[in-house]
Amino acid sequence: MMDNTCNNKKNDENINIVLKVKNLSAYFADNMVVKNISIDYYEKSINAIIGPSGCGKSTFLRSLNRIHETVLDARVEGNVILDNIDIYDPSVDPVEIRKKIGMVFQRPNPFPSMSVLENVIIGPKLHGGLSKNALIELAEACLRRAAIWDEVKDKLNKDGTSLSGGQQQRLCIARALALNPKVLLMDEPTSALDPIASAKIEELMKELKKHYTVVLVTHNMGQAARISDYTSFLMSGELIEHSETSDLFTNPKNKQTEDYIMRKFG
Amino acid sequence: MLLCQQNLAKKLLMVFKMKLTAKLEERLGISLMYIVVLSIIILIFVMFILLFKMSWPAITKFGFHFITSKEWNPVKEQFGAWPFLYGTIITSILSLMIALPFGVSSAIFITEIGPKKLRIFLGTSIDLIASIPSIIFGMWGLFYLVPFIRETLTPLLKNSIGFLPFFQGPSFGISLLAASLILSIMIIPIISSLCRELFLSVPVTYKEAALALGATPFEKIKLAVLAPSITGIVGAAGLALARALGETMAVVMVIGNSPHVSLSLLSPGATMASILANEYAEAGADLHLASLCYMATLLFIVTMLVNSISRFIIKYFKPKAFRGL
Ligand SMILES: Nc1ncnc2c1ncn2[C@@H]1O[C@H](COP(=O)(O)OP(=O)(O)O)[C@@H](O)[C@H]1O
Ligand SMILES: [Mg+2]
Repeated sequence: MMDNTCNNKKNDENINIVLKVKNLSAYFADNMVVKNISIDYYEKSINAIIGPSGCGKSTFLRSLNRIHETVLDARVEGNVILDNIDIYDPSVDPVEIRKKIGMVFQRPNPFPSMSVLENVIIGPKLHGGLSKNALIELAEACLRRAAIWDEVKDKLNKDGTSLSGGQQQRLCIARALALNPKVLLMDEPTSALDPIASAKIEELMKELKKHYTVVLVTHNMGQAARISDYTSFLMSGELIEHSETSDLFTNPKNKQTEDYIMRKFG
Repeated sequence: MLLCQQNLAKKLLMVFKMKLTAKLEERLGISLMYIVVLSIIILIFVMFILLFKMSWPAITKFGFHFITSKEWNPVKEQFGAWPFLYGTIITSILSLMIALPFGVSSAIFITEIGPKKLRIFLGTSIDLIASIPSIIFGMWGLFYLVPFIRETLTPLLKNSIGFLPFFQGPSFGISLLAASLILSIMIIPIISSLCRELFLSVPVTYKEAALALGATPFEKIKLAVLAPSITGIVGAAGLALARALGETMAVVMVIGNSPHVSLSLLSPGATMASILANEYAEAGADLHLASLCYMATLLFIVTMLVNSISRFIIKYFKPKAFRGL
């Protein structure tokens, strides 16, 4: 179960690996945009991914819940192990995987034809098994957990798209939480939001860490430094460095990482 | 030095002149276009006025009673539009009911399910149906569809759901049903192509949101393609309906042109458009002609209304969230 490819420190503390990425490569047709990346993600941690635009951050993230392959001619090689199961094993149904790994997108995307309430419960409703009352209770719990309950409790039947951008994004987080995922993937969730809305989401992510493993792509180095436990630096599809956030920012092992950080913060 | 300056001035003047003529040309071009567009609008208006004037004798004689009156008898000079209104409503609604599922599902298949590389080919193939002249549909209907209804479809319907009032009486093939089936084939491409455009305009991010929640491909289509497009689909159906209301040639050939109201889809009937085409040439009496024009006026108004409402729906009822995504 334990593997020490990446981080020995945490292994000593006996913290579980929730998601294990092994030799992952991703392609658009013949164009390899993620190159042989291996990372271990520990339980209840926030893991930032930084790197220049176009370096493959989104593609890497989208390979973790098998969304990448839904694009025409896109494919993935390698293994991603969740609960001792390789999600890329031919016997595995991607639909089942996506229920266990939630995703939040760059731009808030609540379903335009649905109310706030419907948006939150749509996942569990699709998969069935819950009564109407249970769904409503679940909705409240998830909205609370996404720190938006107080703002929307009086507009549960309004269109999801009538909320502000920041609220919509937290609604989308609540929607992902409703399936009680192990892992939450977030692709630049604050890049379309103003600073105040972004700060709220950052606060929320710190709370979410208590229950979930978060993998966060961010364009904002400050954000990575503020809230993440581990940071990976990607460049041209390669993983240049992955270490504890404080180490990566104060004492990068790699020259390229150092240059990038210097340029961004300098 | 002076020469140089003169030269420069000359050049400047020339450039200025060129600009001026260019501007003039542009202005002329634009005014010309205005005139063209305006005259088209005026033409439609004039057509309407003319039609209205020609129907005036019938309007004064029958008033609104024309719409509900069931008798159409040129010999007795009794003219009521109800049988044709009825035939028009029945054939358009029925054809829409048949065409809508086919049109929408073909659009779904082409945009979401079928191989992406075949998208253009399949789409164009369906669009081509719309370019077939309606007389050819009419001939095909008369030679193949009508016998098929008489010999194959009627026994099938009678044996299964024959107890319904819609399938009573003898079947000659020539019928409301034949007209509806032909119409449905003719409007499928309209629905299909509008829906394809609609579905392709749904931002990918909704589809991905659905997938990321563990939706199956089918659930994804329901959630992230169909649901946000509902109003657009209604609009597309409306445009198809407008086409079905006005379609003439193919209907004339297979409907039987009989001015009777019958619940049975197997019996012959007539639509507003079909009776116009059928009787206009041989209308002797002035009142007969005026009554036909009255009907044409009604058809004109109804198709215009259905058309504009549908266009309005398509244009303005797009979910706000689509913008900027
Ligand atoms: N749909 C696509 N088809 C083909 N190439 C793509 C597509 N999306 C992204 N790419 C390419 O893949 C590379 C990585 O993109 P991406 O993962 O979005 O980068 P990042 O998120 O780090 O900005 C880029 O070079 C981009 O050009
Ligand atoms: Mg990206």
